[in-house]
Amino acid sequence: MKSDIDLIDSNGKRLDGRGAEDLRPIKIEAGVLHRADGSCYLEWGNNKILVAVYGPREAIPRHSQNPLRAIVNARYNMAAFSVDDRKRPGPDRRSREISKVISEALEKVIILEQFPRAAIDVNIEVLDAEAGTRCAGLTAAGVALADAGIPMIDIPVSCAAGKIGGHVVVDLGKEEDNFGDADLPIGVSPRTGEIILLQMDGHLTVDEFNTAFDMAVKGCHKVSEIQKKTILDKYQPSSEGK
Amino acid sequence: MQEKKRKIVIPSQLLGDIKSKNAGKGTFVENGKIYSEILGVLNEGGRYIDVIPLKGRYDPSIGDLIIGVVEEALGSGWLVDINASSPALLHQNEVPWRVDFGDTERYLNHGDSIMAKILSIDESKKLQITLNDRNLYKLKGGHIINFEPSIYRRIMGKKYSMIEIIQKYTRCRIKVGKNGRIWVDGDADGIEKVEKVISKIECETVSFGLTNRVEELLKKGAKDVR
Repeated sequence: MKSDIDLIDSNGKRLDGRGAEDLRPIKIEAGVLHRADGSCYLEWGNNKILVAVYGPREAIPRHSQNPLRAIVNARYNMAAFSVDDRKRPGPDRRSREISKVISEALEKVIILEQFPRAAIDVNIEVLDAEAGTRCAGLTAAGVALADAGIPMIDIPVSCAAGKIGGHVVVDLGKEEDNFGDADLPIGVSPRTGEIILLQMDGHLTVDEFNTAFDMAVKGCHKVSEIQKKTILDKYQPSSEGK
Repeated sequence: MQEKKRKIVIPSQLLGDIKSKNAGKGTFVENGKIYSEILGVLNEGGRYIDVIPLKGRYDPSIGDLIIGVVEEALGSGWLVDINASSPALLHQNEVPWRVDFGDTERYLNHGDSIMAKILSIDESKKLQITLNDRNLYKLKGGHIINFEPSIYRRIMGKKYSMIEIIQKYTRCRIKVGKNGRIWVDGDADGIEKVEKVISKIECETVSFGLTNRVEELLKKGAKDVR
């Protein structure tokens, strides 16, 4: 889709005033739900996402159990009021795809062998959407899993890069996503730098892909620092009593 | 309470080198380095680096005293929920009663709670529990309170000091299971107090002098203490 608006001006400033390598503001809070084993609330620009983690608990139905390891059921769901026009509630093709790729990303970081025949449920609820919800969802899921005390080899983190008006930029906003040329969300395991999620929509040359990829990884590491700080701040003894 | 400050670690945090220390519980080794795998409190007193979890499911080990809730009566035993990642099996040979085949429902039924012990854990973490020991029995009446299994030690206190204080001031009968369940029997007022204390301990796990503060809290509301 093309439009008349300039997504990026001659000075390299974007519509919301960000530079090419600037992320939208991020706010994360861990442990917001009392009934869930672990939870996280995340605001990333105008994205608002709530994640609840349950388990590990017995996998139901029984035939879905794996005798050697736990299974991860991530469920990505958009609220009806999360977008401009009302979204028809319930899983659709898009949210089932996102649920699948996030489940597979989380399987790479959780130490599943410790819980044979169990299931870990991750419910990702998108309350307000503004481009990049799958990245925000995976990032929030990482914090919620750590909050649930589930053993992991790393806290997963995700960030997107893309191409707008001929320039490669990081963390696309709503207009940039709708009218841009390409979107490349990636998820990484920040300690090892392993890629756990990679999708692309639009067209990029190999060079552009490489720049976008590096920018997104750099963005991931920035977000990862915020994630770690959030978890530490919540449980550090100085914050509670003496 | 050895070191003055308890250090919180998060998953994937670097803790040390395998050459100088051994990797203990809650850690994993990659390329000769030790990392934490869970959110918890760092403990590197001895030769091992351990991470004591702050949250999470109960991790069963053989011999633990636990409070289970019967889920289902089977033909030759019961399935018991013990707050772990999968339910445990209580076989009919592991109970103090003589049970005829198919007659299990007469002794224990869905919803009954029991004080039990972990008998065995196999490689795929299949659990068996037993009622065959003194101090193991069916719990009649009472009230069950859940807590984070990781704070079991704090609830018991140093040499059971904490639990004795709670018992003294609330005048309830209390049994604590390692799996994050407490069984309380007494008057409604006492049970309410126990519940309050447990949530206080849960909130202030990572702090010092908790036993004294709990005693103060209980003293305030107590009228006749023996």
